[in-house]
Amino acid sequence: MSAPIHIQPGETFTLNVGPQHPATHGVLRVKLEMDGEYIVHAETVLGYIHRMHELMGENRTYPQVLPNLSRLDYLGALGYTHGHVLAVERASGIEVPERAEYIRAITVEMNRIASHLFWFGAFVMDLGGFTPLMYAIQDREYILDILERVTGSRLTYCYYRFGGLYNDIDDEFIPATKAFIPRMRESLKKYDALVTGNIILQKRLKDIGPLSKELCRKYGATGPVARGSGIDFDVRKNEPYSVYPEFDFDIPVYHECDSFARYKVRMDEMEQSLRIIEQGLEKLPDGPIMPAKKPKLIKPPAGDYYQAVETARGSFGIRIVSDGGKNAYRFKLRSPTYSNMHLFDEACEGMLIMDALALMGSLDLVIPEIDR
Amino acid sequence: MIKDTIKKALQELFPVPEPVVAETPPTEAAEGEETKAKKTVKEGPRVNGVIERDYNACGYHLDAQVDPGELLAAVLILDKAGFFIESITGVDWIKEDQLEVIYDFSRYDFDLCRVVIRTRTPRTAPKVPTISKIFSGANWHERETHDFFGIKFEGHPHLIPLLLPEDADFHPLLKDFKP
Repeated sequence: MSAPIHIQPGETFTLNVGPQHPATHGVLRVKLEMDGEYIVHAETVLGYIHRMHELMGENRTYPQVLPNLSRLDYLGALGYTHGHVLAVERASGIEVPERAEYIRAITVEMNRIASHLFWFGAFVMDLGGFTPLMYAIQDREYILDILERVTGSRLTYCYYRFGGLYNDIDDEFIPATKAFIPRMRESLKKYDALVTGNIILQKRLKDIGPLSKELCRKYGATGPVARGSGIDFDVRKNEPYSVYPEFDFDIPVYHECDSFARYKVRMDEMEQSLRIIEQGLEKLPDGPIMPAKKPKLIKPPAGDYYQAVETARGSFGIRIVSDGGKNAYRFKLRSPTYSNMHLFDEACEGMLIMDALALMGSLDLVIPEIDR
Repeated sequence: MIKDTIKKALQELFPVPEPVVAETPPTEAAEGEETKAKKTVKEGPRVNGVIERDYNACGYHLDAQVDPGELLAAVLILDKAGFFIESITGVDWIKEDQLEVIYDFSRYDFDLCRVVIRTRTPRTAPKVPTISKIFSGANWHERETHDFFGIKFEGHPHLIPLLLPEDADFHPLLKDFKP
């Protein structure tokens, strides 16, 4: 009890981060082999909230799986449901009216901003600054209120249907969104002044947690993690889907490969999302939100279909293997944070533990989405 | 175009290129013929080889089926060409008594080309060589596939359950799995 512990030179000890740890934002466990404050070896242990969505996708009909997708990532759920409906529409050849696609793009971008805002707050909180979280959550609340009016829920949306949407936007959606855009722009300036230039933040992030281009490629990292490492990859641009080719927006890419680059990518992405929303509202066509001709029973012809979309966290892919029945024969979900988290084990070796936790925060983890 | 170079490189893996040539024309044929041709491809047992797929219909460009022994050679071609690994998954074809392992690859640049590599292994003793030595990111994907289908990835450094409990001895995505 009272005997002091002396670690011999070269001796290491094991440190468990998680499964219940505030820095992991969910039930994730990282087994760290430590040499003093330095990480010698890391092993991530997953599966604490594994729910087997892929099996649920096999033993339910296609429409019955719709609500499952938003349970993957509770911060940016619309991106995932978007991928699902696009995959099934591709498989069964359903045409989507233009108005529905525009509303989808607008709501997905709103959700992306909400997700990045929450990440921003939580990330800065990881680094020791509590106040920005409160500002971020306040801004996010405006988005959730707007989305709640049209989708009916605040986090686990089930708004998209095969062929279109559950319901059209109401009269208040457009004015509320239009009022939100300038307010958000002001907030982004505020965050920039309050956080980005902060010397403590810069010291904690600059040149910390380097992820090389090659490391990203070997692990299949996508989204802001790849873009912070100088990889100009965004599914919306590289593999255009939905109505994204109609919009004029940029993909922020930073070449520094450090945690600060990933921070900057997400901050810049919010501005780009605002641009997309602005253009979407301007161009929003009139018309139906569901196609006139739609099969009553969704039964894609036998085959193997793949659809990738860009969610707030990276490239989310859905593979549907159909045998011509009403259920999918195989329903594979490729989650972006799964690949992004995987590189953590290799990247954090030799780092100080507090830097490694900053790196983990910059990966923007959502655990239910890794475990599925 | 990267698609053509990869297609050529993959085709060299297969000594008999005739079935490949027979299956490629449908992409340029008339629509009615195309669906017919596709059906015949689906009905017959799939032979090893590269097929160029209609991207709009199925979401990828090249679809290659190889033997487990040729897998590493095929993956090395993609690694050298700068592809990144998207995912690995399995499909249980219980009627044919086979398990299929599907590898997805994509590119970071604007020369869009999605490549799918498939390989089949008997259901009774499913064995596939690991590609985690080429793509480190395959490590977790292979462990997950081992969890769900019981496919053994030979040479994998750490093939223990990832998403399932650490003492799990069941494979939930097999079609004859009873909870």
